[in-house]
Amino acid sequence: MSQEKLLEVKNLKKHFKAGRHRTITAVDGVTFDIFKGETFGLVGESGCGKSTTGRTIIRLYEATEGEVKFKGEDVHGKKSKNELLKFNRKMQMIFQDPSSSLNPRMTVMDIIAEGIDVHNLAKNDKERKARVEELLEVVGLNKEHATRFPHEFSGGQRQRIGIARALAVEPDFIIADEPISALDVSIQAQVVNLLKQLQKERGLTYLFIAHDLSMVKYISDRIGVMYFGNMVELADADELYHNPIHPYTKSLLSAIPLPDPNYERSRRRVAYDPTVHDTSEQPEFREVRPRHWVRCTSKEFEQYKKEANK
Amino acid sequence: MSKLLEVKDLKVSFNTYNGEVQAVRGVTFDLNKGETLAIVGESGSGKSVTSMALMQLLPKPHGYVKSGEILFEGEDIVKKSTRDMQKIRGKDISMVFQDPMSSLNPTMKIGNQIMEGLIKHQNMNRTNARKKAVELLELVGIPHPETRLNQYPHQFSGGMRQRVVVAIALACNPKILIADEPTTALDVTIQAQILELMKDIQKETDSAIIFITHDLGVVANVADRVAVMYAGKIVEIGTTDDIFYNAKHPYTWGLLGSMPTLDSDEEELFAIPGSPPDLLNPPKGDAFAPRNEFALEIDTVMEPPMFKVSDTHYAATWLLHEDAPKIEPPESVQRRMQGFSNTGSKDGEK
Repeated sequence: MSQEKLLEVKNLKKHFKAGRHRTITAVDGVTFDIFKGETFGLVGESGCGKSTTGRTIIRLYEATEGEVKFKGEDVHGKKSKNELLKFNRKMQMIFQDPSSSLNPRMTVMDIIAEGIDVHNLAKNDKERKARVEELLEVVGLNKEHATRFPHEFSGGQRQRIGIARALAVEPDFIIADEPISALDVSIQAQVVNLLKQLQKERGLTYLFIAHDLSMVKYISDRIGVMYFGNMVELADADELYHNPIHPYTKSLLSAIPLPDPNYERSRRRVAYDPTVHDTSEQPEFREVRPRHWVRCTSKEFEQYKKEANK
Repeated sequence: MSKLLEVKDLKVSFNTYNGEVQAVRGVTFDLNKGETLAIVGESGSGKSVTSMALMQLLPKPHGYVKSGEILFEGEDIVKKSTRDMQKIRGKDISMVFQDPMSSLNPTMKIGNQIMEGLIKHQNMNRTNARKKAVELLELVGIPHPETRLNQYPHQFSGGMRQRVVVAIALACNPKILIADEPTTALDVTIQAQILELMKDIQKETDSAIIFITHDLGVVANVADRVAVMYAGKIVEIGTTDDIFYNAKHPYTWGLLGSMPTLDSDEEELFAIPGSPPDLLNPPKGDAFAPRNEFALEIDTVMEPPMFKVSDTHYAATWLLHEDAPKIEPPESVQRRMQGFSNTGSKDGEK
């Protein structure tokens, strides 16, 4: 993993209009960087804004405020068609529900080749076909599958098609929004293994969004925890699990059931009580330990620093 | 402990345009008073269909019990008339469904939905039923129950709705509570709350719970005994410790191996290759054989019977036959069976 920043997210905000006078603050000022070649995990409960963050980064939503820089270039703002094309090729997305993210009326060939067509990556039909077949093999399907339709596949296979489609334009960065939540346990492991293997072979960078914390821990190098549109803690995966600082992270970690009955018998869940926080000033994102960031006020900062460096 | 429910060689099929789908192909288990039995398996393994059969909620006429018995307190449920079944359903056996959005009636106030069962099964009048409903909402931890009774499902959050569903299921003090993936649609913290709630209530009312899920973490948390289902059959059944620390069936190994440990630096997860078989034409022999790296020749010819491992622990794999080669589970699975959380536990408890 290098220290070269691939993606910089600065104070990103996304508000949705709900009726004339109400706005919903889905993401309320999130700042983080993703380095080249790493997997950045984003966890949190439903409604905390993790998917909105992912979708705003890839410009499916227009940001309300803040900026997203990909390889130093701003993602948002006015762009010409050519600039957009160039940008879209480098950033791709894998969606949660593989049955609703594939067009049921297109063959697998056309689904995967759509990106190739848009970006003119194949000179002729023969090359297009060859590329699709190669991609199918990369994700563990075979070339006979190319003429079929999405409904002929199981959930795990459909997710593989979604991955092949994302890979078709040879991106550098892939946003995976809950790519395994809709799959069975044994199939989840297959897809996670595939994602890891592709990362190694192609040097991909992932933003991995999920609520299944044990899977996120397994696949990620660094993890950000989100709560109500804010990032409350960010650290290396191991550090976060072994040394959580923010009360919300602690509560979230203590709620994961593990497949180990003895451990489960002794596990105590800590509930998160938002009133423990110091409200005398606006909390900020502060580094309590090298590479370990927590959202806190200056008073809490002193206390957390002590706790972190125990 | 007395046997509350006995399921004997239950077979359930569905008639479809393509032919008969054998969703459950001979399932045998029993349930004791006050215990929690977890049924684990992938989608399509027949775990939900089994629970539907217990409630006699199979979609008629294309879904039917082909053979087998379901004895509830000694009486066969399968043979009961619709009328008799209505007296049992909701009173003696009740169910919590997976999706709290679709299992509540959106046009009825929460209060009326809870009172419905009380009025029907316990001949309560409305005033008493209302009092009881308030108690139930308090029991499941919903604040301001009096005002909440007059609200509609859409005014509740997902976790709160699932609490209401649990309250409805518990209204008549059922002897058996069937929970079909009750927490799958919920966040981890809400999931933990609902699980704690169900365990507390079980302690109070001494009802038996059948817990259907695919999440092994949840199983370890709630279950006394575990049945692992694959392709319409129980492949391994035992106490929670038997299954998690001394699993014998390669499919159970696969399930354990595909969960990441919290302190793992492993390069790859032990995934089960392939996908489950098509139950329209169930394979000959052991249904798991094509995905099983330890499959023996006999697996493709003959189905393995249930081998006894201990008094509480049975598994259907030829590997337990005395002539079979001694095969140890893969190393990563062995590590898991020694405990998932050797280093993780310290942090979890903090």
